[in-house]
Amino acid sequence: MAFSRFAYAPAPESRSAVNIRPSYGLFIAGEWASPLDGGHFKTESPSSQEVLAEVSSAGPEDVDRAVRAARRAYEETWAPMPGKERAKYIFRVARLIQERSRELAVLESLDNGKPIKESRDVDVPLAAAHFFYHAGWADKLAYAGLGPDPRPIGVVGQVIPWNFPLLMAAWKLAPALATGNTCVLKPAETTPLSALVLAEIFEQADLPPGVVNIVTGDGGTGATLVAHPGIDKVAFTGSTEVGKHILGALAGTGKRITLELGGKAANIVFDDAPLSQAVEGIVNGIFFNQGHVCCAGSRLLVQEPVAEGVVEALKRRLATLRLGDPLDKNTDIGAINSPQQLEKIRELAAAGEAEGAERWSPACQIPERGYWFPPTVFTGVAPGQRIAREEIFGPVLSVLTFRTPEEAIEKANNTTYGLSAGVWTDKGSRALQVASRLKAGVVWANTFNRFDPASPFGGYRESGFGREGGRQGLSQYLKGALDG
Amino acid sequence: MLAHPGTGPGGPRVRLGHPRLSAEPRLAAVTSSVKLAGLAELAERTEEGHAGGLCPAPADLFELTRPEASLRRLLHGLPGVDQVGAEGRAASLATRSIKAASKLWAIDTAISMLDLTTLEGADTPAKVTSLCGKARRPDPSDPSVPAVAAVCIYPDLVPAAKVALAGSPVKTAAVATAFPSGRASLAVKLADVADAVSAGAEEVDMVIDRGAFLSGHYAKVLDEVQAVREASRQACLKVILETGELSTYDNVRRASWLAMIGGADFIKTSTGKVSPASTLPVALVMLEAARDFTEATGRAVGVKVAGGIRTTKDAIKYLVVVNEVAGEEWLDPSRFRIGASGLLNDLLMQRSKQRTGVYAGSEDWSIE
Repeated sequence: MAFSRFAYAPAPESRSAVNIRPSYGLFIAGEWASPLDGGHFKTESPSSQEVLAEVSSAGPEDVDRAVRAARRAYEETWAPMPGKERAKYIFRVARLIQERSRELAVLESLDNGKPIKESRDVDVPLAAAHFFYHAGWADKLAYAGLGPDPRPIGVVGQVIPWNFPLLMAAWKLAPALATGNTCVLKPAETTPLSALVLAEIFEQADLPPGVVNIVTGDGGTGATLVAHPGIDKVAFTGSTEVGKHILGALAGTGKRITLELGGKAANIVFDDAPLSQAVEGIVNGIFFNQGHVCCAGSRLLVQEPVAEGVVEALKRRLATLRLGDPLDKNTDIGAINSPQQLEKIRELAAAGEAEGAERWSPACQIPERGYWFPPTVFTGVAPGQRIAREEIFGPVLSVLTFRTPEEAIEKANNTTYGLSAGVWTDKGSRALQVASRLKAGVVWANTFNRFDPASPFGGYRESGFGREGGRQGLSQYLKGALDG
Repeated sequence: MLAHPGTGPGGPRVRLGHPRLSAEPRLAAVTSSVKLAGLAELAERTEEGHAGGLCPAPADLFELTRPEASLRRLLHGLPGVDQVGAEGRAASLATRSIKAASKLWAIDTAISMLDLTTLEGADTPAKVTSLCGKARRPDPSDPSVPAVAAVCIYPDLVPAAKVALAGSPVKTAAVATAFPSGRASLAVKLADVADAVSAGAEEVDMVIDRGAFLSGHYAKVLDEVQAVREASRQACLKVILETGELSTYDNVRRASWLAMIGGADFIKTSTGKVSPASTLPVALVMLEAARDFTEATGRAVGVKVAGGIRTTKDAIKYLVVVNEVAGEEWLDPSRFRIGASGLLNDLLMQRSKQRTGVYAGSEDWSIE
């Protein structure tokens, strides 16, 4: 990144926008509570390894308290409340997120390591959009095509990941609240802070106590929550491994469940594609949020006639990516969220090299402190190699080639996952034809990683089941006439 | 009787390529470049197809021998531009923030890239003379301010400009070829160019025939560019695409290539007389084209943006796009120009703010 004459200024967003408390309790029944049988842990900033705050870890008794608070709120307040009244609270939450957007963006970048331009332009606005969208549904559920009188399910246990901490909380909470359910949310261990600020926002919005309860903690807290007998439905976003575990643990309990798990998405570039934009799409597909995206386009399938040109253009483009301080507005690539994740990325990248793929990264300076991994491209990847099959969840792209559309579809579907895919072509008919044959919950044409609350998101096969967003997302939180 | 030279007794001999084009070594370079493998293959496929017995009807053969057809294949074989993607990329580049020291450098660079322009029906030798004074010494109180690159005027005012710019490095650029519409016969356009060049214009800003381009007569557009190129051998030739009339980014990319194949030294966005004039995404597409052409042929082509660039902030956004899309080599007046008039005073004001820490009033800068 040698801009010898034309240097970009460090343009750090001010940390003073956020006021992090030294320690946080659990948010139960509308109050901040100290853990009864849990403990405390520290959350750090992955870009500086600085400890940001001490956070409570909820034990079984705390989880039980939270579930009972949610049950009471469900029976006494939230479910009986008319939809149009619920909507007012949810609209208020959406507006408060907008009002506190700068604070939330800075906090998210501090706690997660993602660049401020992403937390500012993607995570926070989309989180607000999810609350706005679902607030609009709250009094129109009878017209959602789910029967004349759809009813809420009850108390929902929601466990969310660290890659989009606030946005995932919004994806989970907004539809659940709009449909009249109450929630116990467990944020990820490494990124609890934005959910705790969201709890402050619920207080500010006067949301009735117990409608949303937030219990922080590690995997143990999550396991206690999903296993709690007072929970009617579990919604989980995270790794396929944990998802399988939860599914096993819940078998026979009668609890409803939706899972949004891993992915190994194919991003297919045909030779007639708008190549400059395809290169942008490839970059956005895998290097957005350091590749910590379940729907990341981690497998680039490029048609042979243009393969060489595309890889060359991609490398030229990657040389302009700026890695560094997540709070700098010029930063494109932030920090890896945790040392464990960094280790996993390193291990898989090393496996790629050992298995014979060619590894390339642009020259870039890695900061001394924090957890970082340079954007990496593997070419000459064979479909059987680990980097072509396993989810890396990091800024690592595997490039494969194909000759015919048939081969592209076959290779794209040759995965145990099925969350997302991308198709790049100037030919509309081809985009539609290929998209209809890809086994993926979301297929983007001539774009990648676009999200909208009105568009259902979810996977096939080992990427999970259930949808979030749109009418389909609402249906996961409602009982129709046939459900008894 | 042979119906057409293209169908000989030995089977169809299909000639591809514009005769004048094939004589140009740089087209060979274009089609053999890896980047444009798609183009070359497209042409080859067509050729093989015919040789291999997929015999087209004589009418099609006739079609194929027209230079028009091969040009169309070349231009339509260029990768398309996705509008949403291109605009998204330009918008994301516009959010970059620049170091204070670099800002000063960027301001001086922008000044040195300026084609200080006056293109009014009311222009007079006196007005041009005063503009030239500003071009030579943008800020009389500060000799460290660089001179602009050129003064851009109508051809009949070239003599006045030459006198006023004598002894300075500032070039005289004349808009020619029935600027701004380009609606005149080739003979009239060439006379216009000859007029400007003989009066001493060192740079010629020509317009393409947008009507011909939009109706698919690419050869006509190319012929005109080549004819103007011939008529202004010694001059720097800037070819104005008038992107506001081309309406799609695909057209912008195709017109860029057409102009560069025709021998343009610069491809230029607009006349300034049509709205929209230059936009960031248009500049991005043209910079990509110039970069790809330069890489494929070894002949460097520059880009000039013109119209609607009034503030330092705008100018710096363009420089960021130049830097990230085409590369640092384009951050030079020989490869990037900005056509503007009011922009200069804003650059001077921001420059003095950068140096002194305070804003001067707008009345501190002369209006020509």
